Amino acid sequence: MKNKIVKVALAIVFVGAFFSSCKPKNSGDAVSGDAAQKAYVAPGKFDEFYNFVSGGFSGQVSVYGLPSGRLFRVIPVFSADPQSGYGYNEETKPMLNTSHGFIPWDDQHHTELSQTNGEVDGRWLFANANNTPRIARVDLKTFTTKEIIELPNSAGNHSSPFITENTDYVVAGTRFSVPADNVNGDVPINTYKQNFKGYLSFVKVGKEGEMDIAFQIEAPGVNFDLSHAGKGKSHGWFFFSCYNTEQANTLLEVNASQKDKDFIMAVNWKKAEEYVKAGKGKKQAARYAHNVYNEKTHTATSEIKTEVLVLNAKELKDICYMIPCPKSPHGCDVDPTGEYIVGSGKLAALIPVFSFDKMLAAIEGKKFDGEFDGIPVIKYEAALHGEVQKPGLGPLHTEFDGKGNAYTTFFVSSEVVKWDIKSLKVLDRVPTYYSVGHLCIPGGDSKKPFGKYLVAYNKITKDRYLPTGPELAQSAQIFDISGDKMQLILDYPTIGEPHYAQAAPAELIRNNGQLKFYKIEDNHHPYVTKGEKESKVVRKGNRVDVYMTSIRSHFASDNIEGIKLGDEVYFHVTNLEQDWDVPHGFAIKGADNGELLIMPGETSTLKWIPKKVGIVPFYCTDFCSALHQEMQGYVRVSPAGSTVPLTFSLGTNVPAATK
Amino acid sequence: MYKLSIIIIALSMFTSCGNKNKSTEDFSKSTTEETTEGVPADASTYDPNRGVGKFTTVELGAKLDVALAADGDKIQSVKCSSCHKLSDEKLVGPGWKGVTTRNKPEWIMNFITNPDPMIDKDPKVQAMLELCLVRMPNQALTDDDARKLLEFMRKNDGVN
Repeated sequence: MKNKIVKVALAIVFVGAFFSSCKPKNSGDAVSGDAAQKAYVAPGKFDEFYNFVSGGFSGQVSVYGLPSGRLFRVIPVFSADPQSGYGYNEETKPMLNTSHGFIPWDDQHHTELSQTNGEVDGRWLFANANNTPRIARVDLKTFTTKEIIELPNSAGNHSSPFITENTDYVVAGTRFSVPADNVNGDVPINTYKQNFKGYLSFVKVGKEGEMDIAFQIEAPGVNFDLSHAGKGKSHGWFFFSCYNTEQANTLLEVNASQKDKDFIMAVNWKKAEEYVKAGKGKKQAARYAHNVYNEKTHTATSEIKTEVLVLNAKELKDICYMIPCPKSPHGCDVDPTGEYIVGSGKLAALIPVFSFDKMLAAIEGKKFDGEFDGIPVIKYEAALHGEVQKPGLGPLHTEFDGKGNAYTTFFVSSEVVKWDIKSLKVLDRVPTYYSVGHLCIPGGDSKKPFGKYLVAYNKITKDRYLPTGPELAQSAQIFDISGDKMQLILDYPTIGEPHYAQAAPAELIRNNGQLKFYKIEDNHHPYVTKGEKESKVVRKGNRVDVYMTSIRSHFASDNIEGIKLGDEVYFHVTNLEQDWDVPHGFAIKGADNGELLIMPGETSTLKWIPKKVGIVPFYCTDFCSALHQEMQGYVRVSPAGSTVPLTFSLGTNVPAATK
Repeated sequence: MYKLSIIIIALSMFTSCGNKNKSTEDFSKSTTEETTEGVPADASTYDPNRGVGKFTTVELGAKLDVALAADGDKIQSVKCSSCHKLSDEKLVGPGWKGVTTRNKPEWIMNFITNPDPMIDKDPKVQAMLELCLVRMPNQALTDDDARKLLEFMRKNDGVN
């Protein structure tokens, strides 16, 4: 009887605790009173941090403010963007060129800010394309994509675009191992073990940010998932998580989840550099595009390269080592000191933390447990600092606050868990809504995290927002992490789908020499029109080049006659404005591509093929002044073979005076 | 003992969501204003002859500096002629004929290098805005550019 009373009392206490604790049944319960105040940035005030969020299957990068969660901009990177003309205007089409031709879309997963001495420096942002493997560099003075390099011998560029602490290299690892580009790939799919390889690319980043593949490492065929560079004491090493070490080629959901441990592959890239210098690399035939946007000509060019230098990990024994890591590791994160490497096994119920010092000692002392496809496997315990026990279900990614704490996301149990790196003790946990993937702490993968906020990126938002049909928004949730406990302060939908994100103090980017407009004097576009006097229309056969200017609020010329069916017309529009925040648009009826959005001082080109005889209007699409609605013009299209002369004018083509 | 500890854990869950962090630091940095050097605090101190800006006195030669005016011509064809005719006829903005006789050189230099503060304050400019309805854009003229343009305007007004 007494026993029963105790049991009932226990049950009541537990039920009560459940309803009042951190497992709320709806959103309201998780937010405490001063949350709004903490996330509130008053009108006219600036946010503390810029937050660069990968756009997933949108192919773009979005820029938010923290802690307000306000969306400032979506930067076109891997997908054509009709509103800005990116990928539609003649100048930027080459940016999306690949060895497969023009590709208007990709899947953008991770962003990485450039660093100097392991600290975020505010110069560039790197972004990966997962589907057709590429890396892009975004210039943070203009918030535009300046360079894209394709990666040969790769498929599914997922463990990218992570960088070394001085932005010496940006890396890429293949998620879907495939036969190399220089061999006959027409092989049975079930010959994975013999024929499929995993290539890691080390892309050198120059002083001006220019990218070039320095070398690739041919590694065993597995799925390389994520990566991070060593830093401080571990600078010179790179760590890649690998799953599917079963080397399955079908039903991976089951067949790639067989082994108790997969690997984190440690790559000694300094050693690899030495081998490159010593001539140990082999030149392999390949085809990959390198696209560069030239700021002087406002025009991108695309070059197809035909060779890449490859080091073989199996032959050069001491570049790569495998560290066993339970089970199907995803995130591979290095703490700010460079000593601890956190592997997050998607299917594991613990988090292993490896020690760089112990790993080196294990390599030195040859504490190996055989080989995996020719690569030495370090004994698990020999490299292990320790395991976080019972942290949650489905660990994915870890970031750091610079105060000795790590924060790991758990997809299956929908939570973020804070734990102490040295003692491996769990300190705090908060729920997310729902199924969190990546997380971001400003500077959270660098030597100098800025802490203060943590943003969790959620895959599922059922019941969180007003419904919008079958497809619901993804979301971000901001937590204040300045205290001992994480506190949810804001929750907002994002463009889809956010994966990894990075953030930097606003001052670092605001004060990096932001470009306000392109100086018209420095505009070396081959079709620039410097002043209305130079505006003209030139015919060469059926190609017609229109040299046009725009200024508040008219185009020169705005009456064009003598265009004929069969012509290809190129509108090269120069925006003559020399002030911040005054773009002009250009749209013409029936254009089957997009519009132009021309920044002040910039020249941009829209190709237009008239398809019908008649009068075709064009106009400015970006509200520019009180007389914006007057900013328009007409093109007269005549039949092929017409004798209407080619004329162009502004303000003079008026009706004959009548008496 | 075991049960007691479970009760304690369960009780502690009641308070686990407590708001421990009371930091109310004002994190929103105020916006850095554009430099408003030379702009008087209120309109009563506004000098309609000089306008506002960095130029207080501009020395003009008795005769035209031909080379300077020629440079000014090049600049106006790129940055000004879209909106201003050289005659007294209005296009988007007023024609330039007589501009140097209606305004002091300091006024012109201040206005064309940084139009916004004067559009907001100057009675003549405000009257013009009512006619034209387009705020004159800042065309990012350097001090040198502005001086060259002024010389070209003088030439346009008949200075030899």
